[in-house]
Amino acid sequence: MSSFLLGPFPADPNSTVYYLPWIGESVPAGFPSPAADWVEDRVDLNQHLISHPDATFYFTVSGDSMVSHLSERTIPNGATLVVDRAIQAKHNDIVVAAIDGDFTVKRLFQRGKHLALVAENPDYPPIVLGDEQELAVWGVVIAWIVRPK
Amino acid sequence: MIALIDVNNFYVSCQRVFEPKLEGKPMVVLSNNDGCVISRSAEAKALGVKMGAPWHQLREFAKETGLIAYSSNYALYADMSNRVMRVLGMFSPHQEVYSVDECFLGLNGIGGDHTELGQTLKQTVMQWTGLPVCVGIAPTKTLAKLANHIAKKRTGFAGVCEWAKFSPAQQLQIMREIEVGEIWGVGRKISQRLNQQGIYTAADLAHANSEQIRARYSVVLQRTVEELNGHPCIQIEEMQPDKQQILCSRSFGQPIYTEQQLAEAISTYIARAAEKLRMQKSVAASLSIFIRTNPFRPKDPQYSRHVMLPLSQPSDDTLKLTQVALWMLARIYQPGFSYAKAGVMLSDLQPNTAIQGHLFLQTADPIKRAELNATMDEINRRWGRGSIHLASAGANHAWKMKQNSLSPFWTTRWTDIPIAK
Repeated sequence: MSSFLLGPFPADPNSTVYYLPWIGESVPAGFPSPAADWVEDRVDLNQHLISHPDATFYFTVSGDSMVSHLSERTIPNGATLVVDRAIQAKHNDIVVAAIDGDFTVKRLFQRGKHLALVAENPDYPPIVLGDEQELAVWGVVIAWIVRPK
Repeated sequence: MIALIDVNNFYVSCQRVFEPKLEGKPMVVLSNNDGCVISRSAEAKALGVKMGAPWHQLREFAKETGLIAYSSNYALYADMSNRVMRVLGMFSPHQEVYSVDECFLGLNGIGGDHTELGQTLKQTVMQWTGLPVCVGIAPTKTLAKLANHIAKKRTGFAGVCEWAKFSPAQQLQIMREIEVGEIWGVGRKISQRLNQQGIYTAADLAHANSEQIRARYSVVLQRTVEELNGHPCIQIEEMQPDKQQILCSRSFGQPIYTEQQLAEAISTYIARAAEKLRMQKSVAASLSIFIRTNPFRPKDPQYSRHVMLPLSQPSDDTLKLTQVALWMLARIYQPGFSYAKAGVMLSDLQPNTAIQGHLFLQTADPIKRAELNATMDEINRRWGRGSIHLASAGANHAWKMKQNSLSPFWTTRWTDIPIAK
């Protein structure tokens, strides 16, 4: 297992610790580092994307219901969703919802009393909630991460 | 004013956040080794499942009733607990995390209607984390506990109970209906003694003579009496004091027989305990280990030994502590028994700064050792517990906990994050 020592560590996306770039404070020659006064926090995806770390969770997308050639908001199979529960879902948000006990990712349609979950893929009909069905919006999708294969 | 907030059926509720289909179903979470029930959904309680019930006695019952059981997933519960505590911490600068699923908040200086604040707390935790909480608000910690109990057990409170909203007559009536053993800080033994003295309810205790209570019991119980009368005696402790001893012990998933297997278990527990020790920047001046057979199988030959050794040099070094522990094991191990449990304890803890001066007197290079330990901690933190360990901890781990119904680590491992279709 010691081979782990040699590999590069990936940035820990769950971490809320912000790593400061380390610039040596004690310079052997006694000559102050000209960079020391210019230290800034390294750009951090967590800080950039996430407003509520304690309310943010990740999901993996399975299936092609959100794949569309017509929409800018196309989410391929296998993408990682960043889901914020602290945000109140509103019309046109992409949400993770629990329908009949399963998680689904869809666009929320809300006009007055009409509530539906719309797939971006035109092959999938919108899910209009019947009286018996229960819709619970689990969280709002604030970003998705797609990695080229 | 003090609020006590706790999560309803914490472990069960954590599971349901990621498996909404479990909502409304009778379910339980089991202790280490899937031994007994440690958390129950409301539906399981309604079926009469008792806290601490052994799972092997419930198997048939579960088949008949559809009761679902999960192994405990402590990584998930720890993460969800941290989230809840941080969300609650946004509401007050005075927070005492009392246990994994409950905390006190000091509300002094926080204006507005406290019941409304309680509702906001409750709704915010639900929205941010998906976990249901109850809130008790009162002038003292003991009464806040009591108010929380009322919010949970009685209907009509919507999960938030503020003691000051009751009239003095109502407060008295409620206290008359609550058994003295239900009060925070009153254990079973004390409540038996109190009963013999004619103190049966919270009201009886509140009206007991405070000085006599101190003389007969303790200053701790006297404080409880004062607190029941609305006089704060127990402060909010915002910093959790460092642990005075660190214990790591487990029952094995199956009985084990050889010293080799015991050594693996002991090494693994030492590694975990030493990691905790380093996290709180302490060193241990003594080390104990124990091994024992299963006392619940009286027909088996029984053996149990517990040894403690003071260390000449206090240490937080996994390598050194393991070496000492295995030396101790060799002295207490007896062949021919079926061992069921082992454990290690680090005690006489002191701050690690106290020994810095001695570092260079040691033979092994202490700086390199410290770096090695820090590196192991870092690797295990990033790659998951046990990614790197001493060879003495072994590889096949036949003794590992039985966790037959373990759910995914939904919030702490990329491979386990939930799926949305």
